[in-house]
Amino acid sequence: MIMVKIKVILLTGRTIDQGTSKEHGKLSKEHEEKVAICEVDSSDLKKLAAKKDSNVKVSSRYGSVVVKAVESKRGPHPGIIYMPYGLWANMIVDPHTHGTGMPSFKGIPAELEAAPEECVMSIPLLLERTFGKKPK
Amino acid sequence: MTLVKNVTCPICGTLCDDLELEVEGNSIIDVRNACAISEAKFLNFNDPKHRNMKPLARKDGELIEVSLEEAIERSARILAEASYPILYGWSCTSCQAIRVGIELAEEVGGVIDNTSTVCHGPSILSIQNVGIPTCTLGQIRHRADLIVYWASDPYSAHPRHIERYTSFSDGRFQESEWEHYVARLRGILGKKRISRASARVLMHEISIPAITGLKLPPKFETKKRKLIVVDVRKTRSAEIADFFIQVEPNKDFELLQALRLLVKDEDLEVDKVGGVPVDLLEDVADTLISCNFGVFFFGVGLTMSAGKHQNIDAAIALTKDLNYRTKFAIIPMRGHFNVAGANIVSTWQTGYPFAVDFSHNYPRYNPGETSVVDILQRDETDASLIIASDPVSNFPRSAVQNLVKNPMIAIDPVISPTTIMADVVIPSAFVGIEAEGTAYRMDRVPLPMKKVVEPPKICLTDEEILQRILLQVRRIKQTGGKA
Repeated sequence: MIMVKIKVILLTGRTIDQGTSKEHGKLSKEHEEKVAICEVDSSDLKKLAAKKDSNVKVSSRYGSVVVKAVESKRGPHPGIIYMPYGLWANMIVDPHTHGTGMPSFKGIPAELEAAPEECVMSIPLLLERTFGKKPK
Repeated sequence: MTLVKNVTCPICGTLCDDLELEVEGNSIIDVRNACAISEAKFLNFNDPKHRNMKPLARKDGELIEVSLEEAIERSARILAEASYPILYGWSCTSCQAIRVGIELAEEVGGVIDNTSTVCHGPSILSIQNVGIPTCTLGQIRHRADLIVYWASDPYSAHPRHIERYTSFSDGRFQESEWEHYVARLRGILGKKRISRASARVLMHEISIPAITGLKLPPKFETKKRKLIVVDVRKTRSAEIADFFIQVEPNKDFELLQALRLLVKDEDLEVDKVGGVPVDLLEDVADTLISCNFGVFFFGVGLTMSAGKHQNIDAAIALTKDLNYRTKFAIIPMRGHFNVAGANIVSTWQTGYPFAVDFSHNYPRYNPGETSVVDILQRDETDASLIIASDPVSNFPRSAVQNLVKNPMIAIDPVISPTTIMADVVIPSAFVGIEAEGTAYRMDRVPLPMKKVVEPPKICLTDEEILQRILLQVRRIKQTGGKA
């Protein structure tokens, strides 16, 4: 089966669920469920032939990450995906600060594809695989 | 049981100071007047599953428990022996702790930077360039009749901002719009129900009128207190608004400049700007001019997207232009509860609000060069002290790579991706719950943070931990490396 890739603009930001779940612990399952996600417009989900709450791979020129695709309630915003602030989103954001000190966390060109066979990595696993240093 | 009143909330820059906590023994059992995030914090802060309760140090690749004295000694040695350490975080601690942190940065010849560097740092650059016409939140609560949230979603990031200071607040000269909103919400929910039923029975949905569109809604002009949201997607705050303007990503600068021209009665020779029809923008410009007192609240949607500080330049310039026609103010929506305090303390101690470099033995400030993300990207630092912050979660991957490969000290009450990757972990008391101090609200009003319960014995305040490290650093330097 050929996986369809679509070009999107990635936005990262706060959600109320991200805010409350971090108070239950950033390593908690609840936090992972609320933050390791990507809000996708329903029309884009159809293009990908991805089911709601299935895994997708988001890639930018700075890296890629697997997260759960959630149908956006903030739509319609075809071509735009939204990820809550957190470790998963920051795997793929644009680190260039253009002389201001501020990386680009919003408006990043990215690609989205269905990844039903791939798993969402937990924070300790993602840290160890990415940075080669064993977390506690 | 004791009821502690007028507690200041240690979550966001809104710094709500009307919280009431029910305290039994040394535990908080209930919270009143709090938002969802605040309530989650007060009721879960002491959960042993995510609380740092032991000083830790990495030995043979593993974090193991050590005495507090050993953790302080190892931290001091890391900083004293480093040639270019970074001291980062500061937005979730007290002004008193930040003051000691700056002294420590000067002592070790490092760079002290706070989280505004990845938040409203570009706003500060812009304010330094062009100034800012601003006011306090109290003025807005009582007088503002037009509220514009631009690239900001207070519902998610500052949940009580609308209720305490803008559309849903009851001011002396402005009434709350709460009842109108509830009535409209009931209407929308009713229509959604009919639409769902229609979809099931008739196999097609009845469309629900959108709050966004090609023209302003009927009766908008006659409404007393108006709320407009400008954002790249229909956020929860946009649903509360009287009108929502959806701008294309990275096009805020164009939209702000277009509004500047329209406010000056100039014509635009295009049909759309940033995806928004010019006809609609003309109506919006009229709304901006015709208010008695308007305010822009802008979020990191402007500072983090293309243009960065230039977006803020344009927003401030629009505010200045509007002040020729009416009264208008602009306020950045500061994120963490004392990020404004971090800028203020840094400014009064060093002359600069963030990204202050002491490596030349005097303070230097050049964001882009002395800002932490840039230093990390260039791989110039050889050690770090992280306090009250989680850069491992919040920095881009390439910056984190160079952060975690060098010795890292983490001072934090909670377990986070940063603390589990650190080489020394020092548990601390929660400011605003277990430790008192001062914090600055987003409009630069200082407020006292209360101590409501006692911290665990091993958890000192940030100020005390930093003072101990500073003392130890001075001892190491005086004895030429022998502690």
